[in-house]
Amino acid sequence: MIALLLRDLKLAMRAGGGFGLGLSFFLIVSVLVPFGVGPENALLARIAPGILWIGALLACLLSLDRIFALDWEDGSLDLLACAPLPLEAVAAIKALGHWITTGLPLTLAAPILGLLLQLPASGYLWLVLSLLIGTPALSVIGTFGAALTVGIKRGGLLLSLLVLPLYVPTLIFGAEVARRGAEGLSLGAPLLLLAGISLGVLAVLPFVSALVLRMNLR
Amino acid sequence: MLRVSDLAVARGGVPILSGVSFDVAAGEALVLRGPNGSGKTTLLRTLAGLQPPLAGAVSCAEDSIAYAAHSDGIKANLSVAENLAFWAAVFGTSGTQEALSAFDLTDLATRQAGALSAGQKRRLGLARLVVTGRPIWILDEPTVSLDASAVALFAGVIERHLTAGGAAVIATHIDLGLTARTLDVAPYKARAANLRADFDEGFL
Amino acid sequence: MASIWEYANPVKFMRLSGQVLPWVSGGAAVALVIGLFWGFFLTPDDFRQGSTVKIIYLHVPAALMAINAWFMMLVASLIWLIRRHHVSALAAKAAAPVGAVMTLIALITGAFWGQPMWGTWWAWDPRLTSFLILFLFYLGYIALWAAIEDADTAADLTSVLCLVGSVFAVLSRYAVNFWNQGLHQGASLSLDKEENVANVFYLPLLVCIGGFILLFLALVLLRTRTEIRQRRTRALIRRENMA
Repeated sequence: MIALLLRDLKLAMRAGGGFGLGLSFFLIVSVLVPFGVGPENALLARIAPGILWIGALLACLLSLDRIFALDWEDGSLDLLACAPLPLEAVAAIKALGHWITTGLPLTLAAPILGLLLQLPASGYLWLVLSLLIGTPALSVIGTFGAALTVGIKRGGLLLSLLVLPLYVPTLIFGAEVARRGAEGLSLGAPLLLLAGISLGVLAVLPFVSALVLRMNLR
Repeated sequence: MLRVSDLAVARGGVPILSGVSFDVAAGEALVLRGPNGSGKTTLLRTLAGLQPPLAGAVSCAEDSIAYAAHSDGIKANLSVAENLAFWAAVFGTSGTQEALSAFDLTDLATRQAGALSAGQKRRLGLARLVVTGRPIWILDEPTVSLDASAVALFAGVIERHLTAGGAAVIATHIDLGLTARTLDVAPYKARAANLRADFDEGFL
Repeated sequence: MASIWEYANPVKFMRLSGQVLPWVSGGAAVALVIGLFWGFFLTPDDFRQGSTVKIIYLHVPAALMAINAWFMMLVASLIWLIRRHHVSALAAKAAAPVGAVMTLIALITGAFWGQPMWGTWWAWDPRLTSFLILFLFYLGYIALWAAIEDADTAADLTSVLCLVGSVFAVLSRYAVNFWNQGLHQGASLSLDKEENVANVFYLPLLVCIGGFILLFLALVLLRTRTEIRQRRTRALIRRENMA
């Protein structure tokens, strides 16, 4: 299992696209928003938590189709299915790999982009915390979507169509935590609900992803 | 070691072979023959457990099958040794070095797999079989893009695998020079008459 | 005693649905004509909302069917996953576009109702937002069916998507509630008699709901029959090719 994770990380590093691409996309989205809504600091400060969450979500989405597609094309997925590693573990590891290469760097980069968007000082801790708790859910849900569309050529757009509605609860609670944090409101409830979603999908969806992979490999 | 009884397989929802039965004992190799599209690949995928049979059963010890298909599952960005080491780790075995030397890849061990020629890639894909440590090899056209000397090398590896008590089912068109039984799949072609009533036939 | 699963056999389903379909379609037409005429022309205007209230006779039944169509797809998907009856999978496939259109009708009639009432075509109200999300789920489900070539794999994958989607749809409903308390009034119909709309609106509304249920049934039966015929054609072509 560790071997699969290490291999995926190594591939992400060497292919160049892995760490950098999602981060650059996140940066560009955050830079484009002020161009769209105007440079007014008060407005930016108010929408910064939401913008950063949406930027992180889209950056996550960007690399989802690589999760299984590459292994599917070169036959590795067939071989992994024959290996003693259960497909459930493969799905979980793939999600973890995706999180380490996208979710984690996005979380770490978010405060810097928060600075650009005039995020109030009280918001940084909660922004990072909400992303830290929420992005694993994005990776796990995305892995399920990638497993669903693995056999479809040019399934990237379809993948987005399937995954984005599934992202709604995570986005709502995550952005709510970040927003309330920035405005200094109490945020216990959304934080717990966000954590609940993350833990729930972590526990269940790798099994569903494996089921779907088996259906696709047939 | 591997027993196939009354197996029927489908490709894309269309039954393609039916009534296939054979046994492969330890130390034995079975060569499958048949024209393109006759269902050899589908049969092999079913044996490997990648797709469920329509009917019949494949019985063998659990976790005893290693499968090698047209695509080798090689990562272009990893070196030859790293590719093999990954599969060795997944299958919980060691012996990367033996596998490399068996396929004459030792000199290429540090080269990026993406920089290999087609034949060298194929040899790397086959070397993966050795590191799996599994007794039953299911091989789908293993000699594609191999030159004569590489084919001989490969035949030698299979020979050693069989003497060590392994078994192999190979779909191939060229003569590997092995003492192996041959099974022509053409007579097992599924006909509308001998299909089971489920599947699309339920709609008739 | 014939088991209900007998009708999972496509041939038997075709026979039964062929007999039932004219009656269901006729019933739908009659109920809709009566219900809508009664509702539009024979009920008084609401003292606050005026005649705009009458859009309720399209809005509420469509909204009900939008949710129940998804629920029917969920049950059909479960039946396919557990018992592997092809008719069930095809019925789920057939229901999706009907459900999507019902959702769209509910959203559009809602906009027409909301404009004079709330002064806006659209508000990010929990109910409205939930329906928009439901519509997105329908789109994804339909797109996944369309994208996969192998019919059984498509049935498998869409069934799993329907199951997972249902869970997330419910989650989204709660999340959206949490996110914004809305403008939308509470349910117009409930078992608690006190809260219901007045009788004079209530009866034609029930007839309209009955009509929409029959309409939904008729459309799903018709579409399922088409899907089955398509599969049968394909099976025949394959048999020809094999012979």
